[in-house]
Amino acid sequence: MLIHATVNGTQHTVHVAPETSLLTLLRDELGLTGTKNACEEGECGSCSVWLDGELVCSCLVPALQANRHEVRTIEALAPGEELHPLQDAFLATGAVQCGFCTPGLLVAAEDLLERNPSPSDDEIREALAGNFCRCTGYQKIVEAVQVASGRAGLLTAVEHGKVGESARRVDGIPKVTGAFTYGSDLRADGMLQGVTLRSPHPSARIHSIDVTKAEAAPGVHAVLTADDVPGKPTFGLEYSDQPVLASDVVRYEGEPVAIVAAETLEQARRAAELVEVEYEPLSVVSDMEDALRPDAPQVHEFGNVLRHVHILHGEPDTTEADVWVEGYYETPMQDQAALGPEAGLAVPSEDGSVDLHVTTQWLHVDRQQIAPCLDLPEEKVRITLTGVGGAFGSREDIHVQIHACLLALRTKRPVKMTYGREESFSGHVHRHPSRTWIRYGATKEGRLVAADVRLLLDGGAYASSSPAVLANASTFAAGPYEVPNARIEGTVVYTNNPPCGAMRGFGAPQVCFAYESAMDNLAAKLGIDPIELRLKNAVSSGSVLPTGQVLTGSAPLREVIERCAAIPLPEHAPLDAMTHGVGFAVGFKNVAYSEGFDDSAEATVTIEVGPNGLEAQVQTAAVDYGQGLYTVLAQIVRTELGIEHVVVLPSDTSAIGSAGSTSASRQTTMAGAAVLAACREIRAELDTNGAAESITRTVTYQHRVTTGFDEKGQGDIHVAFAFIAERAVVEVDEELGLARVVQIAAVQDAGRVINPQGAEGQVEGGAAIGLGLALMEELQLEEGQVRNGSFTDYLIPTALDVPPVISGFVEVPEPGAPYGVKGIGELATVAATPAIVAALRAATGRVLNRVPVNPDDLLGLRAPAATAGRAPIPDVPGQQPIPEYLGMALGQQELMKAR
Amino acid sequence: MDVLTPYSLDEALEVRFTHPEATPVAGGTDLMVDLNARRLQPTALLDLSHVDELGTWQKESGTVFVGAGMTFARIARELTEFPPLADAARSVASPQIRNRATIGGNLATASPAGDSIPALAAYDADVVVASSKTGMRRVPLGEFLVGPKRTSLAPDELIVGVEWQSVTRPGSFVKIGRRNAMVIAVASACLQVDDEWHGVRLALGSVGPTVLRARHAEEFAEDLDWSDPATLVEFGRLAAAETQPIDDRRGSAAYRRHVVEVLARRLLAQAEKARC
Ligand SMILES: Cc1cc2nc3c(=O)[nH]c(=O)nc-3n(C[C@H](O)[C@H](O)[C@H](O)COP(=O)(O)OP(=O)(O)OC[C@H]3O[C@@H](n4cnc5c(N)ncnc54)[C@H](O)[C@@H]3O)c2cc1C
Ligand code: FES
Ligand code: FES
Repeated sequence: MLIHATVNGTQHTVHVAPETSLLTLLRDELGLTGTKNACEEGECGSCSVWLDGELVCSCLVPALQANRHEVRTIEALAPGEELHPLQDAFLATGAVQCGFCTPGLLVAAEDLLERNPSPSDDEIREALAGNFCRCTGYQKIVEAVQVASGRAGLLTAVEHGKVGESARRVDGIPKVTGAFTYGSDLRADGMLQGVTLRSPHPSARIHSIDVTKAEAAPGVHAVLTADDVPGKPTFGLEYSDQPVLASDVVRYEGEPVAIVAAETLEQARRAAELVEVEYEPLSVVSDMEDALRPDAPQVHEFGNVLRHVHILHGEPDTTEADVWVEGYYETPMQDQAALGPEAGLAVPSEDGSVDLHVTTQWLHVDRQQIAPCLDLPEEKVRITLTGVGGAFGSREDIHVQIHACLLALRTKRPVKMTYGREESFSGHVHRHPSRTWIRYGATKEGRLVAADVRLLLDGGAYASSSPAVLANASTFAAGPYEVPNARIEGTVVYTNNPPCGAMRGFGAPQVCFAYESAMDNLAAKLGIDPIELRLKNAVSSGSVLPTGQVLTGSAPLREVIERCAAIPLPEHAPLDAMTHGVGFAVGFKNVAYSEGFDDSAEATVTIEVGPNGLEAQVQTAAVDYGQGLYTVLAQIVRTELGIEHVVVLPSDTSAIGSAGSTSASRQTTMAGAAVLAACREIRAELDTNGAAESITRTVTYQHRVTTGFDEKGQGDIHVAFAFIAERAVVEVDEELGLARVVQIAAVQDAGRVINPQGAEGQVEGGAAIGLGLALMEELQLEEGQVRNGSFTDYLIPTALDVPPVISGFVEVPEPGAPYGVKGIGELATVAATPAIVAALRAATGRVLNRVPVNPDDLLGLRAPAATAGRAPIPDVPGQQPIPEYLGMALGQQELMKAR
Repeated sequence: MDVLTPYSLDEALEVRFTHPEATPVAGGTDLMVDLNARRLQPTALLDLSHVDELGTWQKESGTVFVGAGMTFARIARELTEFPPLADAARSVASPQIRNRATIGGNLATASPAGDSIPALAAYDADVVVASSKTGMRRVPLGEFLVGPKRTSLAPDELIVGVEWQSVTRPGSFVKIGRRNAMVIAVASACLQVDDEWHGVRLALGSVGPTVLRARHAEEFAEDLDWSDPATLVEFGRLAAAETQPIDDRRGSAAYRRHVVEVLARRLLAQAEKARC
C-alpha cells in the first residue's frame, strides 16, 4: 500500500508491503541505516526511533501504521555540524565500543532526558533496560547520561590522546551519528540478496536435493548446492572438516545445505522454502560423554575424538598432601550474542575475481579458507573489513564469506548476505560446554602440592578452533598457582551439537570456574581465609607451571589479589528477606597464540606533509570490532612521532599482509608492536636525515617463539600471561531463589595501560559476559536441537542486571611487549563467573557446581550436577589433534582418502 | 496481503465481519515478531490503530472500562488508582514496548504469562467483545480464556475492552523472572482485598494453561486473621496446590509451584500490613 510518512521532517510517499516493518522501511527504502537491526523481536532496542514523539522499537511497528505520522530517527538527533550533548557525552565517557547499540541507546536516552532532565542512576538503568549492549557492561552508558544531564562533571576523554591517556575513539563520531557502516548496512548498485537454507536435523543423510521449483521462483538468480562449489568442498580454521554446503550428510541442526540469490530478500526466502531436500534422520550424538562410548555413532568417519591433551608434571599421586578436595563442575554452551549480525557483500569483477566486504576478526585467514573453495588464487579474492558490531570470538570462523562469493561469481552481480538473530545462533560457533573433574591436594598449612584434573569439552559437529581451546583449557586447568605435581587430561569430542570454537576467554572460563570453586572448598576444609589461600599459592615470576613452562614475564598476581581485596565493599542495607554474599576469584590467561604457532602482524606507517601540517597514516589488516584497537594504534603514533593528526586506514588484504586475528588478547601487543617499530624506524630516519616530504616504513612483528607439547605435555606453550582478581557481592532472596549482583570489583594485571578508559571498558564489558554465564546464559540443547535460539529466550544481561564494576590495574611491564603491555580483552569474563558463584554459595550455603545458577539451584529444588565418575581417557596416537594425523590440515583431498 | 483500515469501531466490526480472515493488529508487539520471523503469513491485516474508541478509559458509577487499545504506558500513567494493574503494566518489557503494547492485544494473545491478566482476573473483570451481527457481549475473563493462547472470541468479534467493578482496597502484583528487566513471567501473582476486608481474590500467572484463580486459598482466607503465621502458611500451601505448572525453557514446574507458595503468603501478609 502507498503511505505518506514524515521522516526527520521530510515527507515521503512510499509503497510498502503490509508485513513490512518501519525498521525495514527506514533502512531499506529510505536508506536511513543509522537505526539498527539486531533481533527483530523487540528485545534489543537497537531499532529505537520516535513515532509521533513516542519511543518505539521500529522493528515491531508495521510500516503502514506510520502512514500520516511523524518519525524521528538517530539521523535527526543533531541536525547540524555540532554533536548533540548526549552524543558528545557518549564519546567523552567511553560509552561507545562497537557502537552497534549506540544509535538506539542515544534515542532512548534522549527520550528519557526529554521527560526527566535529571534522572537518578536507577531511573537511567530502568529507562535503558530495553536497549541491549554486549560490549560495555552499561556502566559508561549510565555515566554518559549523567554527564549529559549535568549531574556529573565531564570526564572528558582527550581528543588526540597519547599512550597512557584516555584518547577519544578515532571512529567515535560516525558511531554516534549513525553514519558508521556495519556489514548489514552495505549496499551496491544491482545488488542481489542471498539467503541460506539450513538443515532442520542435527544428524541426517541427504538423499536428494531438488532445486527446480526454487530456481523457477520469481526474482531468483541462483540456487546453489554442494555440487556447485567449484573448488575445495570444505573449510575450517584449523582443519578443513566443515563442508561449504552439506552434500551427503548433515552433522548439526542449522548446517547450510543450499544458498539462494534473488532480487529481494523476500524472494530469496520464498525460493529457499521451495528447495526440496530429502533427509533420512540418523542417530544423534548429543552428549559429550556418550560420544566417548565405544558404541557411539560416529560424527565423522574417523571417530568422535577431536583431540586429547595429556599433561604430567611431578608425582600427582604424591602422599605429601594432608588434605584433598575433589569436585565436579559443568558449564553450558554460551553464545557471544554480539549485537551486529554476521554480514557481507561480495562484488564480482570482470576478470573472475571477487571483492568481499565482511564482518570478521581476521581478513587473511578468511582469504586462506575462501580462495581454495572458489578455486581461485588468493590474490583474486580481496577482502575489506566492514564495520563489525562486536564479535567476542564469533567472527573468527567463516559465516557468509564463501556463500556470498559463490553467489556473486555465479550471478555476476553483487550479493549481500546478512543473518537475522535466529540464524546468527546457528551461523557462528559457541563457547564449549564443559565437564571438569578436579582434585587438589594440599598441606595443612594450605600449600598446594598436587592437582589432578580431567576435562571434557563438547566441540560440536566441526573442529573450528576446538584443538586450541582444549590446549588452553588444559594448560590453565590447575589454576594460577604453584602446584609442583600435576596431571591434566583434557579431551574435546565431536558431537551433533552446533560447532563450538572461540569465545572471549577461549577455554579459560570453563576451567577457572572449576579450579576457583575447588580452591574455595579447600579453604573451607583447611579453615583458611580464601584470599589468604590464594595469596599463599599464587604464581610469580620464575614460577613453574604444570607444563614445565617457567613464567619469565611479569606475574604480579599477589599484588592483583591484594589490590582487589582492598576495594571498599558497597555500603548498602539489604532489603528484607535478602541475604548477601561476597565471593572472590582469580584467573589467568595467555596473551597471543600458543603451541609454536607462527604468529605475526604487519603494519605500515607513513608520514607526510598535508594541508594541516605533518600527518601520519597507519595501515594494518587488523580488526577493531569495538574494543578500541584503532584508537590505541593512533595513540602509539602520536606518542612516538609527536604527530597529532593520525589517520587509521581501512583494513584490507590488498593493502598489506596479515595482522593475525583480533583474538587471544593479542592485537594491542602484536599490531601495536608493529606500529611502534615502524614509528621508531621513521624516528630514526628523521633523526639521521631530517624531515622529508614523506616517509613510509613497513614492519612485521613476531613474538617470541613457543613450542608444542611433548609426550608428557611439557613445553614452552604460551608467549605471556595476564592475571586478574575479581570480587562479587550478591543479594539473594532465599525464599524465591532470586539473585542480584550488587557490585563487581576487578583488578587486572595489564602490563601497561595504553588507554585507561578503554581498559575499564574492557573490564566492565567482560565482567558483564561472565555475569551472564553465572546467572542466565545457556544455549539449551535437546537431542542436538537448540531450544532457545532467539533474544526472546536466550537471555543476556540488561542495564538492570549488570552492577557497577570498580576496576583497577596493576602495571608491571611485560618484557618484550610494546610499552610492556598485556592484552586485557578477555580476563574480566574469566573470573567474574566463579566470583559470582562463590558469592551465591556464601549467601545460600549451597553447592552450586553448575552454571548458569538458576533459582532451582539456589532453593535446592534441583540437585547439584552429578557424575558417574571421570570421563575415560581416549586412546589416541599422541598430543596432536586427530585430524592432524589424517593429514587434514593440508586439505580436503586427504579427508576424502581417509574415507 | 491486504490491509483494511477502519476509522471507527462500527466500521471495524463491519470489516471484521466481512473479512474474518484478516488478522487484527493493534500495537503489533506480538504480531510483528511472528511476521518478522515468517511464522505467520496472514492474507490480510486489519489495522486497529485508527479506531479512537478503543483508546479510551473511564470510571462511571463504580464501573471501570478500559478500551482494548489502551497501551501499557498509558495504563501505568493513568490508572494509578488501580495499583495491581498499573504495576503489571509497568512490569511489561521496556519503555519502547509499553508505548505500543495494548491491553487488548495482551488479552487476545491469551498467554498464561500475559502480565495484565492476573490483575484483571483478581478484579473479576469481564472482557467486552462485539460483533456487527450480534452486538456487544460481556464475557467473564475465566470464560474468555479457554487455554494457552486460546480464547472464546468468535471470528467476527473484536475485543472492545475490559470492565470491572471498581475496587478500593489494597491489591498488589508481583512478577518473577530470570532477569531484572525484559522478562516474560516465570510466575506471577496478584492479590486484591475485597471491599469489606473479609476476603481476597488471588490470581496466578504462568502456572497453568491460563491465568488461574486460587479459589481454595481464597475460601480459606475468608474472615481469618491474616496476621497469624499459620494462616499465611496454609494460604500459600493451598495456592500452590491449585497451580498446574509445566517444565519449560523458562523454569521448572517445581519452582513455579514454590514461587506461588511464597508469593501468596507474602502478598497476604502485605495486605494485612496495609490494613493496620
Ligand atoms: C520484547 C517483548 C517483550 C514483551 N514483554 C511482555 C511482558 O513483559 N508481559 C506481557 O504480558 N507481554 C509481553 N510481550 C507481549 C506483548 O507486548 C503483549 O502481549 C501486548 O499486550 C500485545 O499487544 P499489541 O497491541 O502489541 O498486540 P498485537 O501484536 O497488535 O496483537 C496481538 C494479537 O492480538 C490480536 N488483537 C489485538 N487487538 C485486538 C482486538 N482489539 N480484538 C481482537 N484481537 C486483537 C491480534 O490479532 C494479534 O493476534 C512482549 C513482547 C515483546 C516483543
Ligand atoms: S531490532 Fe528491534 S528490538 Fe531488536
Ligand atoms: S557498544 Fe554496545 S553493543 Fe557494542
